[in-house]
Amino acid sequence: RSTKYATATGRNITKVLIANRGEIACRVMRTARKMGIQSVAVYSEADRKSMHVDMADEAYCIGPAPSQQSYLSMEKIIQVAKISAAQAIHPGYGFLSENAEFAELCKQEGIIFVGPPSSAIRDMGVKSMSKSIMAAAGVPVIEGYHGEDQSDQCLKGHAGRIGYPVMVKAVRGGGGKGMKIVRSEKEFQEQLESARREAKKSFSDDAVLIEKFVDTPRHVEVQVFADHHGNAVYLFERDCSVQRRHQKIIEEAPAPGIKPEVRRKLGEVAVRAAKAVNYVGAGTVEFIMDLKHNFYFMEMNTRLQVEHPVTEMITGTDLVEWQFRIAAGEKIPLRQEEITQQGHAFEARIYAEDPNNNFMPGDGSLVHLSTPPADLSTRIETGVRQGDVVSVCYDAMIAKLVVWAADRQAALTKLRYSLRQYNIVGLHTNIDFLLSLSGHPDFAAGNVHTNFIPQHHAELFPMRRATAKELLCQAALGLILKERAVTDAFRLQSQDRFSPFASSSGRRLNICYTRNMTLRDGGNDVAIAVTYSHDGSYSMQIDDKTFQVLGDLCSEGDCTYLKCSVNGVATKAKLIILENTIYLFSKEGSVQVDIPVPKYLSSLSSEGTQGGTIAPMTGTIEKVFVKAGDRVNTGDSLMVMIAMKMEHTIKAPKDGTIKKIFYKEGSQANRHAPLIEFEEEESDK
Amino acid sequence: RLPLRPCARAAARGLRAYHGDSEATLGTQPDLESVVYQENYEQMKALVSQLHERAQHIRLGGGEKARALHISRGKLLPRERIDNLIDPGSPFLELSQFAGYQLYGNEEVPGGGIITGIGRVAGVECMIVANDATVKGGSYYPVTVKKHVRAQEIALQNRLTCIYLVDSGGANLPRQADVFPDRDHFGRIFYNQAIMSSKNITQIAVVMGSCTAGGAYLPSMADENIIVRKQGTIFLAGPPLVKAATGEEVSAEDLGGADLHCRKSGVTDHYALDEIHALHLTRKAVRCLNYQKKLDVTIEPSEDPLFPADELYGIVGANLKRTFDIREVIARIVDGSKFNEFKALYGDTLVTGFARIFGYPVGIVGNNGVLFSESAKKGSHFIQLCCQRNIPLLFLQNITGFMVGKDYEAEGIAKDGAKLVTAVACANVPKITVIIGGSYGAGNYGMCGRAYSPRFLYLWPNARVSVMGGEQAASVLATIAKDQKAREGKQFSSADEAALKEPIIKRFEEEGNPYYSSARLWDDGIIDPVDTRLVVGLSISAALNAPIQKTDFGTFRM
Repeated sequence: RSTKYATATGRNITKVLIANRGEIACRVMRTARKMGIQSVAVYSEADRKSMHVDMADEAYCIGPAPSQQSYLSMEKIIQVAKISAAQAIHPGYGFLSENAEFAELCKQEGIIFVGPPSSAIRDMGVKSMSKSIMAAAGVPVIEGYHGEDQSDQCLKGHAGRIGYPVMVKAVRGGGGKGMKIVRSEKEFQEQLESARREAKKSFSDDAVLIEKFVDTPRHVEVQVFADHHGNAVYLFERDCSVQRRHQKIIEEAPAPGIKPEVRRKLGEVAVRAAKAVNYVGAGTVEFIMDLKHNFYFMEMNTRLQVEHPVTEMITGTDLVEWQFRIAAGEKIPLRQEEITQQGHAFEARIYAEDPNNNFMPGDGSLVHLSTPPADLSTRIETGVRQGDVVSVCYDAMIAKLVVWAADRQAALTKLRYSLRQYNIVGLHTNIDFLLSLSGHPDFAAGNVHTNFIPQHHAELFPMRRATAKELLCQAALGLILKERAVTDAFRLQSQDRFSPFASSSGRRLNICYTRNMTLRDGGNDVAIAVTYSHDGSYSMQIDDKTFQVLGDLCSEGDCTYLKCSVNGVATKAKLIILENTIYLFSKEGSVQVDIPVPKYLSSLSSEGTQGGTIAPMTGTIEKVFVKAGDRVNTGDSLMVMIAMKMEHTIKAPKDGTIKKIFYKEGSQANRHAPLIEFEEEESDK
Repeated sequence: RLPLRPCARAAARGLRAYHGDSEATLGTQPDLESVVYQENYEQMKALVSQLHERAQHIRLGGGEKARALHISRGKLLPRERIDNLIDPGSPFLELSQFAGYQLYGNEEVPGGGIITGIGRVAGVECMIVANDATVKGGSYYPVTVKKHVRAQEIALQNRLTCIYLVDSGGANLPRQADVFPDRDHFGRIFYNQAIMSSKNITQIAVVMGSCTAGGAYLPSMADENIIVRKQGTIFLAGPPLVKAATGEEVSAEDLGGADLHCRKSGVTDHYALDEIHALHLTRKAVRCLNYQKKLDVTIEPSEDPLFPADELYGIVGANLKRTFDIREVIARIVDGSKFNEFKALYGDTLVTGFARIFGYPVGIVGNNGVLFSESAKKGSHFIQLCCQRNIPLLFLQNITGFMVGKDYEAEGIAKDGAKLVTAVACANVPKITVIIGGSYGAGNYGMCGRAYSPRFLYLWPNARVSVMGGEQAASVLATIAKDQKAREGKQFSSADEAALKEPIIKRFEEEGNPYYSSARLWDDGIIDPVDTRLVVGLSISAALNAPIQKTDFGTFRM
């Protein structure tokens, strides 16, 4: 293939600055390394110890944690590029990747911006403009009004013309912000105002556009590439329909159920769109697709997308390498007819978030992190390692798990198998949710659309079922064996190493030792009567069932495994005990069981902070509804906190009287900080 | 079970042993099919089952009702308190489990109303004394006092930190004469606390119930104490007595509860929210002792014996008239069944030698028949060696006594026996005695019976302890009676003889029984033969908390 590469018409790139962080920075560096290009990382003070810094050949601190003062600081980044003598800057995605001003600045400074020309970014950056360009180029565009006249009357008139339901969107919008669905004329005024408010707040521009609303739509996007020589190709489509909070969560390529003609048409239209703006580099043309597989242009993302690996997997390409080559002035490495697709790929995005709490993004330390082994058809795209911290300052994505197999069914099986081996302790993740999502029969059947999660909400968020008694036995054994390990460690460092007192046999004279343990499964306390047998096994009784349990701990790499037999059924699970929770991860799934906190810890060290009156994440206290002495009932709103640009209402965890409020409106509370203390009640004692 | 196993094999070498130091092990494979073995096994097994059943009953403590009431007050049962106090999953060496067993007629006092034993708290071996309030409100019967004082004696001898889990109504008033006035009665408890504290043996009290009158001194005499709010009270006189004396009406909590004593009087040091908290604070207090056990002995890695312990049932059995080789018992107790026998060919009715149990060195003195002069002299020699070498002594008692008869008296067996008794009495290394069969007469003395203050003394359930066998005693008394009748010129028929002998035999049988002994604290517990190794290992471990003292022997009559 290399013989077909055009000789470089531009400049050779031997050193690149990656103006990004996290997994994409690492991703870009891997290809750079492969191509023999030196990589320069930039990092904020919060990222001093992060993976992308370690991976880079050089790294420069560019400022404090907030992105505005670091990753979005164009001057600092340009300065580092100059100091380090990097010829090019790869912006990754997000941050400055679609910033026309930055692309322009790079050009002025004589640095190659690995991305499209600023004009293309600008053309595609404003929705109303991009649509009119597309319409002119013969790209199917959804009916809508993208005009300058923002009067209520005009907008309403156009809404009527297009026909309800319609969508009112911020012209500068993205990520679902400032977007409202209007189902009838009655609602129009109210939704319009709401959309304007959000647009104003988020983008400082309250201009809106109106579009036809497509019901149960799919989100299908096409990867395109264009070079400086007027060539453009498509690398087929991806389906990114399944979204939560208007953000993608699971992507696949190719889109399921699409006929070859439609696929070809999609690709050709996408190429036409790219050519219409003289596009160069990697880009993605997003379409909305209805049930009949009609598709309409939505927008073009003028950067490498998060989900680009699924395209790489089915086409056998390295798109970052293509980006570098094209940026260096080469022609696109392959002609359209040379680009073929094979098999099926999925990408699941693993986020630090709590699916059970409206996918609220979280932060915290990755106390334990183990991943499935990477191989040719399994990619772990991540920028964090065990022990790293997922910061509130940046995106909460921990990793992308990308799998490939010969067909969709096989890829899905593999995805689920690999997800079970993705084990994280220390913060909430969406892994279990991804498992239930990818296990849904409609998902397996390829019936995906953007309303998938709301539509199947009940099945995707099943009522928490009681943990199987066998698993509770395993958890109890895990705890007992961990205790034994502590005793053994003490024994070995003491002078008196063989004393039978240092054993963990639980021996009693002439009687058996039965230990009454309590584990908390969900909200329920489960009593387990553990009898220590003389042969080192345990007899565990839960309710009226008795289990014979024995096992051992063993270490493999960094992980501790519990090898365990319950009534003769042998299992092996990864065991982690962190603070007051026992985690077991096995091929069958994960189990999380709590060890009840003794009262002296719960009531002294964090009086009144149990059950939700602690800050769920670092943020600002927006409003306080109560004052000391107020009597509240369970579920009453106590305060509102703003964190990660979202409002969180702090509710009363129990009936009681407010004793103390630790924060004033406008003050900053750290994650897990106690917010409100309750008076001690007689019933607590 | 495999019928064939090598009788003896080269044992794994211990520390400081080269290849050429491989040694032969002790013990042989018994014929498991033999009638005698099987009969022995069945009989001992039956005694062990009885032991377990009785222990199971004692484990429950007071009656169903008393337990339910106790639990309904949110209190933990005393055994649960101990379970939560000691290191999770660690063993607990309970002592005097059968104290008070059938001692007070119809009044049942399981365990004597108190649980004592040794367990590790935060890695420190402690003597734990826990009142059982489900047994007569935890009040002190005479045997309760005796058990409490015995636990303190063990703590003093072995320098074990004492933890008192107090939940007691105080002295049993109807029995005050047997509880209050004498030297080893109630007052001795506080005396012992003061003396131990003076010797830097920490005294910790956890007040989980009432401590009234004399009981108030228990926490007050402690070095450090903990009280549970709304549960523990300490006062010299309770509310009824206060009202009677001064007319003042006051609640127990206001008179001597946790708030008063932690905030105002300073009688208690730590305020616990509940029992679990109290036990947590106790563990913390032990961690703050800055205590480190220092061994005066060498240790080697522990090895299991080569033979299954339950073969002891078939080897020893319950019939005291049957003989067995004590070496077979030793082979099932010591590390790797390795035994370095001393003077094997001399005085062979007493087996002496060195071994290890859980890696600790131990000098074993075991009976293998009646004691002769040679055996006694050999035993004295061996005990001197152990004292010089700081090696703890283990006595395996199964002794009918010293040999009698003209020749032996003439040989001076009395002075040779006296040598052994002197050696045993004076030996300052930790002594542990296990009575695995009969223990009669002066044999009991020479083999470190209770009077010779072994640190610990245990019985197997087949054991018999008395001045002589019942048959022999009955015969002696019958002979005297016969002689007297003869002097009076009266007849003494065989029926008369049988009538005289029968109650004596019965009485000796009853009083020689291990439960009779244990009920009266003549020992520290009845153990399953299978547990011998563990119990001895735990006992040595506990004993090694005290530095081994130098021994000065008395005069050996030559």
